[in-house]
Amino acid sequence: MTIAQKLSRRGFLAGAAVATGGLSIGFHIPTAEAAVGDTPEINAWVVVKPDNTIVVRVARVEMGQGTLTGLSQLVAEELDADWSKITTEYPTPGQNVARKRIWGDFQTAGSRGIRGSEDYVRKGGAAARMMLMQAAANQWKMPVSELTTSKSVISHKASGRTLRYGQVAAAAAKLEAPKDVKIKDPKDWTIAGKPLPRLDTKAKLDGSQIYSIDFKMPGMLNAAIKETPVPGGKVKSFDAAKAEKMRGVKKVLVIDGNAVVVVADTWYRAKTALDAINIVWDDGANASVSTASIKAMLTEGLDAKQAFVGNKKGDVETAIAGATKKVEAVYRYPYQSHMTMEPMNATAQWTPEKCMVWTSTQNAEAALATAVPASGLPIEKCDVIRMNLGGGFGRRSSSHDYVRQTVLVAKELPGTPVKLIWSREQDVTHGTYHPTTMCKLTGALDDKGNVVGLHMRISGQSILAGLRPEALVEGRDPGTFQGLNAQGPEGQFGYDIPNLLVDHAMRNPPFRPGFWRGVNNNQNAIYLECFMDEMAHAAGQDPLEFRRKMMKNYPKHLAVLNTVAEKSGWGKPTAPGVFRGISQHMGYGSYVAAVAEVSVSAKGEVKIHRIVAATDCGHVVNPQQVAAQIEGSFAYGLSALLYGEMTVKNGRMEQENFDTYEVMKMADMPPVESYPVPSGGFWGGVGEPTIFVAAPAVLNAIFAATGKRLRDVPLKNLDLRKA
Amino acid sequence: MARLNINGKIHNIDVEPDTPLLWAIREQIGLTGTKYGCGVAACGACTVNVDGVPTRSCSLPVSSFTEKQKIVTIEGLSKTVTHPIQQAWLELDVPQCGYCQSGQIMAAAALIAKHPEPTDAQINEEMTNICRCGTYNRIRAGVKLAAKNAKGTKGADKTNKAQRA
Repeated sequence: MTIAQKLSRRGFLAGAAVATGGLSIGFHIPTAEAAVGDTPEINAWVVVKPDNTIVVRVARVEMGQGTLTGLSQLVAEELDADWSKITTEYPTPGQNVARKRIWGDFQTAGSRGIRGSEDYVRKGGAAARMMLMQAAANQWKMPVSELTTSKSVISHKASGRTLRYGQVAAAAAKLEAPKDVKIKDPKDWTIAGKPLPRLDTKAKLDGSQIYSIDFKMPGMLNAAIKETPVPGGKVKSFDAAKAEKMRGVKKVLVIDGNAVVVVADTWYRAKTALDAINIVWDDGANASVSTASIKAMLTEGLDAKQAFVGNKKGDVETAIAGATKKVEAVYRYPYQSHMTMEPMNATAQWTPEKCMVWTSTQNAEAALATAVPASGLPIEKCDVIRMNLGGGFGRRSSSHDYVRQTVLVAKELPGTPVKLIWSREQDVTHGTYHPTTMCKLTGALDDKGNVVGLHMRISGQSILAGLRPEALVEGRDPGTFQGLNAQGPEGQFGYDIPNLLVDHAMRNPPFRPGFWRGVNNNQNAIYLECFMDEMAHAAGQDPLEFRRKMMKNYPKHLAVLNTVAEKSGWGKPTAPGVFRGISQHMGYGSYVAAVAEVSVSAKGEVKIHRIVAATDCGHVVNPQQVAAQIEGSFAYGLSALLYGEMTVKNGRMEQENFDTYEVMKMADMPPVESYPVPSGGFWGGVGEPTIFVAAPAVLNAIFAATGKRLRDVPLKNLDLRKA
Repeated sequence: MARLNINGKIHNIDVEPDTPLLWAIREQIGLTGTKYGCGVAACGACTVNVDGVPTRSCSLPVSSFTEKQKIVTIEGLSKTVTHPIQQAWLELDVPQCGYCQSGQIMAAAALIAKHPEPTDAQINEEMTNICRCGTYNRIRAGVKLAAKNAKGTKGADKTNKAQRA
């Protein structure tokens, strides 16, 4: 057990004793050491128990995307482990701090779960294997070079002797870590690269998986919250006389001056009492903001003089002035809500000696960094235990506002654990929304229909300006240009256009933006790929051939485009009334492309018959989980295209729940044929990239079907009847 | 006070009569497999089966139930994850985050009980629970696989009965 773990356990017990008078003895609470007990670790990533069970430590978080299984596959591969004996655990951010960040970054975002960790977890597995072999060699008194490993067993072929990993783990743990660690060539993988079943499925089938919202502690109280509906607003006054007399209610309080909280024995009683409180808000300066006022603000930016440059080549102004044909269009992308199935929530227990938080988070270190100032305690006295997430999609990495609120409430009830659950209404109206932007595109074609110039003027909200202004680069938000940059391993503009300008007029409405699965790639891919289609149409050329001409220097972009063209039968006849659209994009280190097959009825109802998608993510660790992420990406991206839009009236978000913010259901979900085409040599992400091509492929297919360009999504607002 | 038959056991619960069944199940009985997602019967995360009918427990008060109605939650669907739907879900690795899956599984179990050979149209009509991870296609495949396996089991039962006869 590490020092940090000892501190954490002692701190918890002290706190729990205050709350319950010692009733907590024997009560199971999830902590990092619970799975391992006092078994010494081989290294930070691997613990081998005497019974041969292997505990793989996972720094990234599992929120459905399969990272827990994938990272375990990579460790087990290098370890030559018995896959059937693999278990996992999360170190805490407090332990990470105490051990000088030995587990690195905890953030699970940007499709980095696997690719951002593969190098050190593979080396961790390989180093542990070397130490286990050395321990066996020492015991047998023979050179380590004569030993082999397979399925957690060390063998000496000549003598026929074997030792299980569990038998030498204690000795291995005492050895010095090897300095020169070699990892396998992916072509030799037998555990990684295979479509193994997930490690965490069974508990999701019988209700036994505990999510943050399910967490219980002895003596725990529950809290419900209502926060100002207008950003920047305050609580002016409230009358809690009735609520305070209601059954189970323990406390009514205001936190941060902008939210009213009711603490009760059960959450439903807390929520019912909160609904009985008449709160008068001081709406502040943003009371008149509306969707129309935001649109006007962004429209002004489309022609504004000042703009941050993202990608520049040649002289776009001259190219446009001298064009044989000029094509121009304005697109808009609305606010989106994450709508994780599990609303935001956390449990905290505060004493003057210790502040513990149990919560679902995509970044436990950021959750800790939020909890510390709220607690008023030094970081050594705080920790965050990670619980299972009912969805993340960026919401649980953008802001840990719910953690701050929970700690503030718990601090008012020293020693008593308090679980704060956001109602769905609080959740939808206090999101970190997909930013809203507009884009004016001007394309210049020569007499042969070649693109000789393109200006993309983006106007709209910056995520960094809203969440982390200190990360802006001289006022500029580099993230705004995702997928449109000239170069870089994350994403590269995939067309050769001699005169190009991509720039951004930053316009920040008061609603808090956030990282929303796919982030700025979502709208940037719509803008560029739908406009490519518009230019192809203006040039009288096939959209696939039109793109291909400009992609000779981008072989990986081109390869995925060719894959979907071939697999979909591009150019060959479709069923009557069915039309195809195509798109490609690069983001989060991966190359993606899609073809959508769509029909539109006389009444204007759109049906997506088939999606063909290709991904080159370099290496595939678990093909069946990559397929699951590709399908999931289409569900998320097409939900936004079909239905997603948060609208604003009187400074308030108008949608509050799934009944007004519709999302895709079973009947809308098209069949998705996914083709992972890993070309090796790099590691790209999987959790997000195929979202980018979902909407533009469908929009381009709708144009093919109807002759209509739909530049102001979602589709639910639009008339799709044939033009 | 409410008397509820949940997973074959009668529970006497001391709550306000307007308390939704969901919160009685989660906070009074302590079964947390049934999830809160929206509170307005729009998402299906709270689905339990009442006399075999999938029911959104977040929007019905405990006062609307009698002890004669058999309420089954995800915890009561089978003792050891042996229901054909659970087995199919395991085989196809259906869940991602898993939060909606209790409700999906309960809805799917009711669906194959009602339609032993469900068509795509019936699946679309009956499976209206929301999944934000986007597991819909695996859910569809899982329903069909479970229906096929359940039919096989029934066939085996008949054979056994015939042999016994």
